[in-house]
Amino acid sequence: MPSIVKPTAAHPSLVRNKLGLTIRDYEGSMSTLCAGCGHDSITAAIIRAFHESSTPPEMIAKMSGIGCSSKTPTYFVNGAHGFNSAHGRMPAIATGAIAANRSLTFIGVSGDGDSLSIGLGHLAHAIRRNPKMLYVIENNGVYGLTKGQFSASADIGSKPKKGDPNRMQPIDPMLLALTLGATFVARSFSGDKEQLVPILKAGLAHNGLAIVDVISPCVTFNDHEGSTKSYISSRKNITRVTEMDFVPPEQEIIAQISPQGKTAVTMHDGSVVYFTSLPEGYDPSNRLAAYSYLSEQQGKGEIPTGLFYVSTDQPELHELNATPDEALVNVPYSKLSPGAAALDKLMEGFR
Amino acid sequence: MKPTKIKDPNYFHKVVDCQWACPAHTNVPEYIRLIAQGRFSDAYMVNRDSNVFPGILGRVCDRPCEPACRRGRVEEKPVAICRLKRVAADHRQDITDRLPKAPATKNGKRVACIGAGPASLTVANDLMPLGYSVTVFEKYDKPGGLMRTNIPSFRLPEQTLDEEMGYILEMGVDIRYNSPVESMKGLLDQGFDAVFVGTGAPRGKDLDIPGRQEAAANIHIGIDWLESIAFGHIDKIGEKVLIIGVGNTAMDCCRSSRRLGGKDIKVMARRPRQFFKASPWELEDAEEEQVEIIINHAPKRFVLENGKLVGMEFERLEWDAAAKKSTLIDTVILPCDDVILAIGQDNAFPWIERDLGIEFDKWDMPKVDEKTYECSRPGIFFGGDAAWGPKNIIWAVAHGHGAAISIHNHCQGVPVTERPEDGMNLLTTKMGISEWAYSNDYSSSKREKMKHVDLVERFKDLKTEVEIGFTAEQTAREVQRCLNCDVQTVFTAKRCIECDACIDICPVQCLTITRDGEEEDVRKRLSAPSINLTQDLYASDPLPQTSRLMFKDEDVCVHCGLCAERCPTAAWDMQKFDLLIQLAGSEACTKQFA
Ligand SMILES: Cc1cc2nc3c(=O)[nH]c(=O)nc-3n(C[C@H](O)[C@H](O)[C@H](O)COP(=O)(O)OP(=O)(O)OC[C@H]3O[C@@H](n4cnc5c(N)ncnc54)[C@H](O)[C@@H]3O)c2cc1C
Ligand SMILES: Cc1ncc(C[n+]2csc(CCOP(=O)(O)OP(=O)(O)O)c2C)c(N)n1
Ligand code: SF4
Ligand code: SF4
Ligand code: SF4
Ligand SMILES: [Mg+2]
Repeated sequence: MPSIVKPTAAHPSLVRNKLGLTIRDYEGSMSTLCAGCGHDSITAAIIRAFHESSTPPEMIAKMSGIGCSSKTPTYFVNGAHGFNSAHGRMPAIATGAIAANRSLTFIGVSGDGDSLSIGLGHLAHAIRRNPKMLYVIENNGVYGLTKGQFSASADIGSKPKKGDPNRMQPIDPMLLALTLGATFVARSFSGDKEQLVPILKAGLAHNGLAIVDVISPCVTFNDHEGSTKSYISSRKNITRVTEMDFVPPEQEIIAQISPQGKTAVTMHDGSVVYFTSLPEGYDPSNRLAAYSYLSEQQGKGEIPTGLFYVSTDQPELHELNATPDEALVNVPYSKLSPGAAALDKLMEGFR
Repeated sequence: MKPTKIKDPNYFHKVVDCQWACPAHTNVPEYIRLIAQGRFSDAYMVNRDSNVFPGILGRVCDRPCEPACRRGRVEEKPVAICRLKRVAADHRQDITDRLPKAPATKNGKRVACIGAGPASLTVANDLMPLGYSVTVFEKYDKPGGLMRTNIPSFRLPEQTLDEEMGYILEMGVDIRYNSPVESMKGLLDQGFDAVFVGTGAPRGKDLDIPGRQEAAANIHIGIDWLESIAFGHIDKIGEKVLIIGVGNTAMDCCRSSRRLGGKDIKVMARRPRQFFKASPWELEDAEEEQVEIIINHAPKRFVLENGKLVGMEFERLEWDAAAKKSTLIDTVILPCDDVILAIGQDNAFPWIERDLGIEFDKWDMPKVDEKTYECSRPGIFFGGDAAWGPKNIIWAVAHGHGAAISIHNHCQGVPVTERPEDGMNLLTTKMGISEWAYSNDYSSSKREKMKHVDLVERFKDLKTEVEIGFTAEQTAREVQRCLNCDVQTVFTAKRCIECDACIDICPVQCLTITRDGEEEDVRKRLSAPSINLTQDLYASDPLPQTSRLMFKDEDVCVHCGLCAERCPTAAWDMQKFDLLIQLAGSEACTKQFA
């Protein structure tokens, strides 16, 4: 852990966002993770995404489970709300929180252990309910916090620091998400902020659950030779299959679709995601095609990154439940729970 | 870009902005750390090694270091480097046994220094310990040059001067007071092995406008007038005083006037304030003493009544934005009893015969080589204000050091152009995990303000020193503002795994990993805009995993060491840089001659 807090000194040309805040206003406490951890890099990308999106810090809710990755919400946006749930339970807790207060901007940060091992069931049901939240899986293939045991995302043949290579099938969060009907499916790499930051911003704008799997090397327990999730091996096998630009709503007018066949997807809030460099004929709104493309690439040992699939026409949690536009926390209690007489009256209607 | 050559001492030297800007390259961060540890005598000696007069300079240095100080780029105001120098001087213990000493046996070489100002005394300081017999010829009966005759004692007390002059003279310098050199030829005939001319720029500029002759009794040349005060020949002035000119001399004249009976004192400037020559702090100090500074007034004539000066007429001007072109608005007459001219100084060498092989240029200045200080006649050297016109004390000291190297070479039969190059030491400050041999925590405290003796008290006696010096508490806070720019970020490319940890943690966004390119192009791709092109970009060797390069924009690095703390592979390290300055007789020099 660093010996000092980050100096308050800042670069003289710091940019202010629409709220007049600098990127420093989106920082959190000093990280206590190992020096060089990919998770810290993702934290830096999240800070940038929030700053660039001009999200008011006090309107952010940071949800997480247990793990090194789940510790990271402490390291960004000090002024936000936060909840550390029990191991693997973040999706359920977050769904409840989102149900209660739809006026907040939700981010869930989880690990491969938290989401794919102990918490897999909760993740699956969150995907079904499609609450509006950016869901980041910081994927290092191990349980970092408990000293590096393989997690459910460990590849077959990957060598641990000590002991035998993994022989069990990995769970791939992208294929899983596509199968379960997720509405925003993307992968990136902690070492590629150029790609990661726009994906995170698009995920924040998405009206539903945006699942972003980020390969994030564990520098202490999974960065050795023979590991398939080390910095060097990730760099070797990662291919950016989709490049995307995220254009926030107010810039929409000036943005043009380039003649080279950029595919544009307009998000719920009016922002637009432009895709380029897709393999020929790739359609980011075709779930089946995305699935077969990904499984084919992964079969070849490649790690494709980019925004693979996005669907803007599936209902999110509140629409599914026909809740009012007003956040439920703001609805007077007497209206939310109108009492036994009102309940009797309702029941009467079913008789 | 080519990988940065960090083995060249100039690279890291430049990062230590204050040291780089100081003409004598004083190791500022080192002495500030010593002060922080309460080691005042050590701090004093670090200063003395390069600037020779810490007590004097701690009060009146022109401080080119402060505008250069990195802190001024990170927040509003630089570290109070100069004031901290005074702290070291004020609180030192007896250091006489640590001073250089002349050896018992002389080396047989005789050097003459003309003038006992800071330039000559620095030459003596450097040459005496090497066994030279140094003779100083001084016009007046005391040493110090303008520091004694022109800088008022309310800014620089006599005792401070005496002490630091004494440290040099007591090495056994043969100083001849009341001995103006009236003929260079006569001096050369005395057979010295080398001569150093440190006679300053002794002639104050005059203002030849109508009424000058007639009103002569009440018109004074600034530097002569200040000298007369210093020698006790003048102790009063009229109530209404006009000072012409707005340089540092003008500031000393107006403040001296205030102490000699001046009540209504105006400093008259031709141009707007941003074009003033005086240092901002001197202007502030003058205004604190209720001196009025009037801009855009050009002197036209002296106004006399019954043969006596009663006022001065000025043209009121309006300037363009660059203060290059002016238009006349009207003229005004300001009443006055005395006028002091503070519009500059000239050199004058009436005592140097022009047939000695010493060439003069069209401005009647001797032709002096900028590196060797030698004039066109071998064995004669110039330094201080005498060399290239009026500068300041710290430049005089720097010239003195440089000239001493030349004189040493000259006397030992080594070409004066063969100058020893500065060296460096680079030593890790790592003491353990996240533990460093320097205090890397950033202090956000603001620059301490120097306290002054209150106005009534200070005007009672001409010699009352105005500045009180920092209190212990002020010192403790101010030292922490220094960013330790000498503790360098040193990068080892082959260790880097490109995890971005250093880039993410850097509070001032100094670091970038990106593909190589021309500097201009790379500067466009940095984490934060490159806004200061005078500061270097540190480029690494190609990184092992992606062949990209690590770049560091040195501009606003606060030397917090967080990059090194967050690096998993110690690719970044914080290493203390020590510039090994070459002075006459330094080890490398001696080696050359051995
Ligand atoms: C009013 C005023 C205020 C200043 N304030 C500051 C300040 O605050 N800070 C700062 O850094 N600088 C200041 N300066 C400038 C600084 O004093 C000079 O730059 C510096 O003293 C130059 O040093 P020097 O050794 O070259 O010459 P000088 O200090 O001028 O010394 C020259 C010496 O040579 C002697 N001499 C001259 N001719 C002969 C001769 N023919 N024979 C024998 N002896 C001779 C003179 O008597 C004198 O003692 C100020 C200058 C003035 C005029
Ligand atoms: C119910 C429960 N079971 C087990 C644990 C122990 N535990 C803490 S963190 C962790 C794994 C975390 O792995 P991951 O989510 O991948 O996070 P990482 O540390 O790798 O970022 C485990 C098993 C726990 N805290 N709670
Ligand atoms: S911060 Fe300290 S070391 Fe850096 S330039 Fe200023 S005084 Fe010098
Ligand atoms: S020492 Fe390192 S982290 Fe600190 S400001 Fe300089 S480059 Fe940035
Ligand atoms: S922290 Fe170290 S290993 Fe990581 S990018 Fe920086 S220098 Fe390289
Ligand atoms: Mg993990």
